[in-house]
Amino acid sequence: MNQLACPKTGFSRRGFMIWISGLTFAVAVGRERFGHAATEAPDIAGTPFNPWVSIAPSGEISIMAPATEMGQGSLTSLPLILADELDADWSKVVIVPAPPIGKIYGNPSMFGAMLTAHSLSVQGYFTPLRTFGAQVRAVLLDNVAKHWNVPSAELSTEPSVVVHAKSGRRIGYGEIVAFAEIPAVAPAIKPEALKKPSDFRLIGHDVMRVELPTKVNGSAIYAIDVQVPGMIYGAILRSPVQGGAPDNIDDAAAKAVAGVIDVVRLPYGVGVLAKTPWAAFNAKSALESGVTWQRSGKAWGFDSDEGLDAFAADARDLNMPTTVDWYKQGDAEAALAQAATKMEAEYRCHYAYHAQMEPLNAVASVSAAGDAAEVWCGTQYPTAAQAASARALDIPAERIKLNYTLLGGGFGRRGDYAEEFVVDAVLMAKCAQRPVPVKVMWTREDDVHNGHFRPITAHYLRAGLDASGKLIAYDQRLVGDRVLPAENPQFFRDSHDRDYQLMGGVQLTYYDIPNQYAGQIPRDTGVRTAPLRGIGDIANKFVAESFLDEVAHKRSVDPMQFRLELLKNTPRGQKVLQRVGEMADWGRKRDNTALGCAFIVYNDTLISGVAEVSIDHSTGQIRVQNFWCVVDCGIAVQPDNIVAQFEGGIVYGLGLALTEEISIRDGAVQQNNFYDYRVMRMYEVPDIHVEVIPTDNHPTGVGQMPVPIVAPAVNNAVARLTGVRLRESPMTQERVKKALG
Amino acid sequence: MAFQFTVNSSAVSVDAPADTPLLWVIREELKLTGTKFGCGVGLCGACVVHVDGKRAFSCQTQVSNVAGKEVTTIEGLSPDSSHPVQKAWLAERVPQCGYCQSGQIMSAADLLKRNPHPTRAEIVAQMSGHICRCGTYLRILRAIERAAREAPSNAQHVRAEP
Repeated sequence: MNQLACPKTGFSRRGFMIWISGLTFAVAVGRERFGHAATEAPDIAGTPFNPWVSIAPSGEISIMAPATEMGQGSLTSLPLILADELDADWSKVVIVPAPPIGKIYGNPSMFGAMLTAHSLSVQGYFTPLRTFGAQVRAVLLDNVAKHWNVPSAELSTEPSVVVHAKSGRRIGYGEIVAFAEIPAVAPAIKPEALKKPSDFRLIGHDVMRVELPTKVNGSAIYAIDVQVPGMIYGAILRSPVQGGAPDNIDDAAAKAVAGVIDVVRLPYGVGVLAKTPWAAFNAKSALESGVTWQRSGKAWGFDSDEGLDAFAADARDLNMPTTVDWYKQGDAEAALAQAATKMEAEYRCHYAYHAQMEPLNAVASVSAAGDAAEVWCGTQYPTAAQAASARALDIPAERIKLNYTLLGGGFGRRGDYAEEFVVDAVLMAKCAQRPVPVKVMWTREDDVHNGHFRPITAHYLRAGLDASGKLIAYDQRLVGDRVLPAENPQFFRDSHDRDYQLMGGVQLTYYDIPNQYAGQIPRDTGVRTAPLRGIGDIANKFVAESFLDEVAHKRSVDPMQFRLELLKNTPRGQKVLQRVGEMADWGRKRDNTALGCAFIVYNDTLISGVAEVSIDHSTGQIRVQNFWCVVDCGIAVQPDNIVAQFEGGIVYGLGLALTEEISIRDGAVQQNNFYDYRVMRMYEVPDIHVEVIPTDNHPTGVGQMPVPIVAPAVNNAVARLTGVRLRESPMTQERVKKALG
Repeated sequence: MAFQFTVNSSAVSVDAPADTPLLWVIREELKLTGTKFGCGVGLCGACVVHVDGKRAFSCQTQVSNVAGKEVTTIEGLSPDSSHPVQKAWLAERVPQCGYCQSGQIMSAADLLKRNPHPTRAEIVAQMSGHICRCGTYLRILRAIERAAREAPSNAQHVRAEP
């Protein structure tokens, strides 16, 4: 069984020899340790061959994992990709979480940031990791060739063994370390020298995820579990509205709670330091009536229902300018003018909350002089967590020792640039009797009230068909609460003011629709927003795939047949759609239920879905009996994990489609906990049937990809069952009942 | 105020206000962090433990209420992850983020102890008190069915039948 040299920290005591071409910087050697470390960093065993791989004489192979683990499996799959090309014996591999050094471990598909998001880990790291693995293998072969005085070309490898077939000699990777000379320049590896998919030993073959055994016996360590000697606890009362600051603070009641150490003013709230979590939470509750807030911040007065009405009006108003022509192909306006048949539709989507199971938290200890800190947190973005901690203390990032742990769910909530839950711990530790470590935890109510939501959006669509019924024009204007400028201003600038979190998936490049236009019309409500598993695609595919069903209905063609025609230039798409039709027995009529289908391409992953639904007309409740789903994500690195991600993503998508909604009144979140923010439970989950079609294409993402397929498939099934088209997500009982009349 | 009880067969004495939720005592006093905080209102099940052999939501159980009782946490379910439910959880590759799974496993173990061969509906009824935000519900279902099938006592039970 594989070991996991974690969940602690990946700082090595020694420097790595850097010879990967293009990397010319030095890695900090033996960083100063500060504070009361819960555990020592693992000393990586053996000889470093590059920043990613070290091999010990025992044959143990340490491989760096550059992505954080939130259940998606990257902690296993990324090192496994490298190990395959290295031809490592997987049972000898130790996985080491990489330190937060973006220049080495950043994702090439993520502006080089060390950010685990957008389901881009396998997609972005696949080729670099294979290349690094191949380089190490080449160095091993060259050393053995020299040692045995044979041509390198006569050598081959079996898992962790170099073999000279001619002479029958064999030598283990660990034995090579004794005489290995590591060249100053990495050997060049041509893409064609990498393994062919048929030669993969690990890729495509399911292995046990390395941290899974720790998740059935309570030994997995999340940030909330970190125990540091002498640690105290913190809780923070935040403004009910984003951007509000405390005005008057009457802390008498809070200070009267037994175990409270101090009450402190923060720029955005009031913090309690206490000896126990229970004292901290009780004191925070006691503060609620004693604190008044400055109405700073933009969202005061904002009402999300009224806001959405205004968005919808602006979407329909063709004189309201778009800020970015998000996607343009042909001339949609001209084609609409010439169309024989024109259609229009409006759709709306509401705010939704991540609801990761581990409430936000972090632990920090700040040095007595305030010039250094050690931080423990669960983050999707280690380099940002380090930077945010440094900004909070106004010290250089190098003075922050960051330890990142497993995440109790991420879904986008732990990936924004501000990392405010980490800043909480750092600021509270600064206010404590330094260097006393402080664990700051949010309650579930804190987590809901201060969530960063998927945005509200209003969509106005127009379609044009020519005399033959062909869809020739597709035009969408999207008015939505901005995400990227709030979540990560630097990425927004790098993206030329294109808010892909809001607009993701709005273009239908894979469909044969010659004239398309999508316009971005962002609004800034002041409400916190964030990428949420599926980002803009959740709304935009709900809208597009629902509207296309309306077009198919207008033309009186079968909606699946209609999409197969639209996919005439996308054969991989046709294949996944046909397959899901077979699985669901699409043509068979059901009693009291109906099927609806959808197809999406999401960052080059092709997905089809079919939902089977029934409706309780008296309550308006939609019941989903079955959900069939087919995916082609190229090379299937870990097939069962892909299925698992899809099963889970479909459940996540069902919640967003049916019950999950955040509403804002006077700038404040109205929901509190799982009693009024309803996520899916076991009794509501349909039978889910997932099939992966592996192909030899470059692997693409799976974590968030299934989420957007759900709502449109369900909506299309409801329309077929009832003849009524729902136009607002989530499709709550109240909305369904109202629509059915 | 001090309260005496046993946790995973060890006697403990905890000095805490009587209304302190057992959850926080287990996690932050006794450092048994496998039991999780999820909602604080008994709606997610991440905090489920056994008290005197029956499942309890530790966020809704005051420490004063377990005085003199036996508490079992995920760490005490088996010494080596050998409980049939734990084995089935790995065989079905259930966990994703894993945060809710301690509670899920404790509830599943509680169900199978009372009802070694639950129907699917009985499993769903027991487990719908839990939330898994990663959506592993179908694997949880399969794992409980597997555990029921493969538990040594259940296997004997099956063999005993004609």
